Amino acid sequence: MTPKKADRLATGILYGIAGIIVVILASLLLYILAQGLPHVSFKFLTTPSKSFQAGGGIGIQLFNSFYLLFITMLVSIPISLGAGIYLSEYAPNNWVTGLIRTAIEILSSLPSVVVGLFGFLLFVVKAQLGFSIISGALALTFFNLPLLTRNVEESLKAVHFTQREAGLALGLSRWETVTHVIIPEALPGILTGVILGAGRIFGEAAALIYTAGQSAPALDFTNWNPLSISSPLNIFRQAETLAVHIWKINSEGNMPDGPTVSAGASAVLILAVLLFNFLARFLGKRIHKKMTSA
Amino acid sequence: MAIITSKDLDLFYGEKQALNQINIEFYEKEITALIGPSGCGKSTFLRTLNRMNDLIPGVTINGEVQFNGQDIYGSSMDVVMLRKQMGMVFQQPNPFPFSIYDNVTYGLRLQQQTYTKEELDQIVEESLKAAAVWDDVKDKLNKSALSLSGGQQQRVCIARVLAVKPDVILLDEPTSALDPVSSGKIEEMLYDLKEDYTMIMVTHNMPQASRISDRTAFFLNGDLIEYAPTKEIFLNPKKIETENYITGKFG
Repeated sequence: MTPKKADRLATGILYGIAGIIVVILASLLLYILAQGLPHVSFKFLTTPSKSFQAGGGIGIQLFNSFYLLFITMLVSIPISLGAGIYLSEYAPNNWVTGLIRTAIEILSSLPSVVVGLFGFLLFVVKAQLGFSIISGALALTFFNLPLLTRNVEESLKAVHFTQREAGLALGLSRWETVTHVIIPEALPGILTGVILGAGRIFGEAAALIYTAGQSAPALDFTNWNPLSISSPLNIFRQAETLAVHIWKINSEGNMPDGPTVSAGASAVLILAVLLFNFLARFLGKRIHKKMTSA
Repeated sequence: MAIITSKDLDLFYGEKQALNQINIEFYEKEITALIGPSGCGKSTFLRTLNRMNDLIPGVTINGEVQFNGQDIYGSSMDVVMLRKQMGMVFQQPNPFPFSIYDNVTYGLRLQQQTYTKEELDQIVEESLKAAAVWDDVKDKLNKSALSLSGGQQQRVCIARVLAVKPDVILLDEPTSALDPVSSGKIEEMLYDLKEDYTMIMVTHNMPQASRISDRTAFFLNGDLIEYAPTKEIFLNPKKIETENYITGKFG
């Protein structure tokens, strides 16, 4: 075989592999959307679910998913930002840093069920937070932190060393260099990672079953007192999310139209995650453009 | 008058000695060229002057460097302050990926002192004019500095340094990554800046060193071999190593 032929063959095989992946992904997406979208309506998206009758919606679960995501990000972004900045900019190259990196790697490879059960023991039982949004958010933080930290660290490290030199040589302190030169340059990367992480969290079920709970009590959307039990803002209430709802319907659902609700909810979930991905790309590019030509 | 004095300066990268007992004095409002083959320690030496070597792990420095009579490696030295007084221009143009305007004002905006918009505008114009790049960029100050050519980027980087009003400018092969036309412009500009600034420049370009510098120091294998007015070094070097290097017999 001549090198030219071998090259053609290899290119062909690589195209084939890439094609298979695209086909699998596309057929999965299309199947879920085709099954579910016909059942999605404004009413479906806004009404509460029903346990024993047909015609329930996913309104509360949808709200819970977004709210839980928001609370999780509120906890995990500052921590991962701090940890990422430390690891990338300040950490000396010694065994302590190595230990931290190893710990992060191990944490990121924990199965989410384990994280969920750990969260159940620690937050729900020991800390007596019960099945609640805060328990779920803390468990998801455990789940999210390693990847987010790694993302922040990698994004900061991708900023070229000469930029750090430029900042320092200009008489900026190390902190000023980090906050005014390095972070702005790394921002598109960090943001992309955050949004992709958000997509992962949005679709997470296993870690939430035993922490945020499996029921969605009725909410009063006119009650904005965060301490009231029926307020949507209360972080100590049980909150079944969309992904948990899908799992619940399929494992022990009692409603007669379970399969249709499940299909509709899955379509909404997939759409939301897709939206997160597109948003990540769009915002990443947009901010980069804005930053680099002010 | 000597503005920077180095006394018995040794520098080690781990076990390896990169600078060996360097004794040298730099004079105010002059351009001093540091020449020598790659790896001879001239860039390393330049970076000891504004303590950029602090960033590299495993570097040990013995001896003394005095700047305006103060030991820059002394415990009372404020490194951030030192680097404001000693600007640095690097081999690769390294503008921030922000607008040209923001690049020039970056060092200023983080200082204690606050500036009005008019003052900033004026500093930007003066700095870019002094760096001989004003005519190229005056209509696109809000464009990204990365959209400029390499030579323009390097001059914006020099303007960025000038805006902070340092006393000394350290230049680490500022034109080696540029085409002859751009490097010629920068050379001319540096010559004009001599009225206001003390400059120390590492260069591999012998004609450049002979054209614009007042004094030249020749480094070899971590030693300072010869230091004299540039004319003497190029026309009548005392040491055989210097002569060999300048005439291209090695290196």
